[in-house]
Amino acid sequence: MAEATHDIEIRDLYKIFGPNGAAHVADVKAGMSKEDLKARHDHVLGLDDINLTIPAGRIQVVMGLSGSGKSTLIRHINRLIEPTAGKVIFEGRDIVQMGPAELRDFRREKTAMVFQKFALFPHRTVLENTTYGLNIRGIPDGEAEERARRWIARVGLEGFEGSYPNQLSGGMQQRVGLARALTNDAGILLMDEAFSALDPLIRTDMQSVLLDLQQELQKTIVFITHDLDEALRLGDRIAILRDGRIIQEGTGEQIVLRPADDYISSFVRDVKRGHVITARTVMRRVEPVETPVTLPATALLEEAARAMTDADASRANIAAQDGAHLGVVTLSKCVAEMIAPDDGDEADAKAQVA
Amino acid sequence: MDLVDFPSMSRGDLRDMRIAIDTAFRDFTRAYGDTLESIFHPIQVLLVFIEDLLIDAPWIVVLAGLAGLVWALGRSWKIVAGTVIALLLIGYFGMWEDTMRTIAMVAVCTLIAVVIGIPVGILMARSDRANGVITPILDMMQTMPSFVYLIPVVMIFGLGKVPGVIAVVIYAVPPIIRLTNLGIRQVPADVLEAAEAFGSSAGQKLREVQLPLALPTIMAGVNQTIMMSLAMVVVASMIGVRGLGQPVLQAINNQYFTLGVMNGLAIVAIAIIFDRSTQAYGKRLQRHLEAQHG
Ligand SMILES: Nc1ncnc2c1ncn2[C@@H]1O[C@H](COP(=O)(O)OP(=O)(O)OP(=O)(O)O)[C@@H](O)[C@H]1O
Ligand SMILES: [Mg+2]
Repeated sequence: MAEATHDIEIRDLYKIFGPNGAAHVADVKAGMSKEDLKARHDHVLGLDDINLTIPAGRIQVVMGLSGSGKSTLIRHINRLIEPTAGKVIFEGRDIVQMGPAELRDFRREKTAMVFQKFALFPHRTVLENTTYGLNIRGIPDGEAEERARRWIARVGLEGFEGSYPNQLSGGMQQRVGLARALTNDAGILLMDEAFSALDPLIRTDMQSVLLDLQQELQKTIVFITHDLDEALRLGDRIAILRDGRIIQEGTGEQIVLRPADDYISSFVRDVKRGHVITARTVMRRVEPVETPVTLPATALLEEAARAMTDADASRANIAAQDGAHLGVVTLSKCVAEMIAPDDGDEADAKAQVA
Repeated sequence: MDLVDFPSMSRGDLRDMRIAIDTAFRDFTRAYGDTLESIFHPIQVLLVFIEDLLIDAPWIVVLAGLAGLVWALGRSWKIVAGTVIALLLIGYFGMWEDTMRTIAMVAVCTLIAVVIGIPVGILMARSDRANGVITPILDMMQTMPSFVYLIPVVMIFGLGKVPGVIAVVIYAVPPIIRLTNLGIRQVPADVLEAAEAFGSSAGQKLREVQLPLALPTIMAGVNQTIMMSLAMVVVASMIGVRGLGQPVLQAINNQYFTLGVMNGLAIVAIAIIFDRSTQAYGKRLQRHLEAQHG
């Protein structure tokens, strides 16, 4: 059950907040902007023509500035918000069309959610919060507790099982929210800025927990973040939202290498390119060379450069997973790509200082 | 045109109207009074049972029982000690039996108010339409002078315990309804959304989230209901409810100052006991809100 095998397909999704949203879909389709809609009809454009396929078993990151519609989008996947128009297809069913009982079962069995503002149950202890999803599905207390305790330990809250949420710090509360969602063991994990309240150390730690989990279980994860480094570390794919529209969608590498517009360029300017771009994208397709270093195709520029420096080599072979030779990178090319973003001097200077 | 006198109905018309309504109500009473009385008979049985229990049992046992109950609610030795002292004084001044009758009365009225009030409060919280209809009725119940609704109650049931209970419940039930409604509506939207996201049914949301979070507020309603039923005891004594209210009434009629004050103080004493122990219980329900972090 836990492993995801179906994509989530979001098709032509619109959300207009206001008493009479449906009446304005046509205007928005005809190109009315968020500002105009607000000024002329006093309705808020939440989502505008969203088409997104969230791949099964992968981490889909959604980024964008505050108010760009990230939380609105993620809430459509478990229909906490009713769309004004559009479809959300999963396992051949349109979530938008589900009846109440069907929707309840879908939420219970297929999804779990971590909330931006935690939304813990204040009257329940950490353990009772964590077992909530299992309790309402009628799973016996003993089993529910055992599963909950495992995740509480995994997020580093062992010993706090009996505490109430407001006895915990913000970061600890966020981890309770995480444990609560993970305990549900659902195929779809919806994470709305799930790590934003964590300090950098625990944050990195939780990212590792998530990546480990993903290696084991291959859930379909929708992960919202403001942090590009986090997006690049976690996201198999990244979608960038602005004013309710998706303005670019692709792998982290694609977005860093070819930002679709200035808005996105400004997002990715400060990124550590060595952590994002793979050596494979800068290799030359030539015959194997004599060198002690052979790198996997997934090696990042920084890893490649370090491996070559450590081995005192200036070139490395790159091999596919099955061992087949793919090409060759040089140390100088790797370093050049790490410090030379597309847009010239300013970033160059930055890279040198760092 | 005469603008000084209000253009009222003529005296004759007014009298005819009153007579028509009164007659209709009297006919209704004659036709259905017995049926209604038998419907409400279980209240009488319950009240008599509790009264007998409190009055016929050895006083020391009753005292210990009440002290135990107060301890169970409030977990505070101070409140228990106050309760024991107050009850000993009440007994010493010869008001034991009346006090027990009043306690029985308040207990039964509160029980009925809770049984009616909580479901009505839930209904109001879930449906804005129900809220719109019931709110003005509650306003009316709370502002209508209690003597006015004593009239139809007495016409139907005559004098006695049952009409007393009904009158007290009508007077005392609004706060518990209002505060149940308020408590449920105050549950934070994001917490409800989380319950929703995990696939809770409406009943599960109510049981697992809304009622537990509303409980401290509901307890405040129960507390007010108890206070109001105690306040109503004197009025109810006019329609034959026995207890501490009767001597007060007698004292008013005959200008017995000491008798009035003593029984008045006894009412105050049990009011304080009820109040402190239910409030302490309400506080205990809120333990999880004792913030250590913002
Ligand atoms: N219930 C609502 N009623 C009206 N407008 C809403 C509602 N919810 C969201 N909006 C509007 O929709 C837009 C997107 O909001 P959303 O919460 O999805 O942003 P976000 O990208 O999650 O922002 P943040 O990063 O601050 O969490 C905003 O303009 C917001 O004002
Ligand atoms: Mg948000």
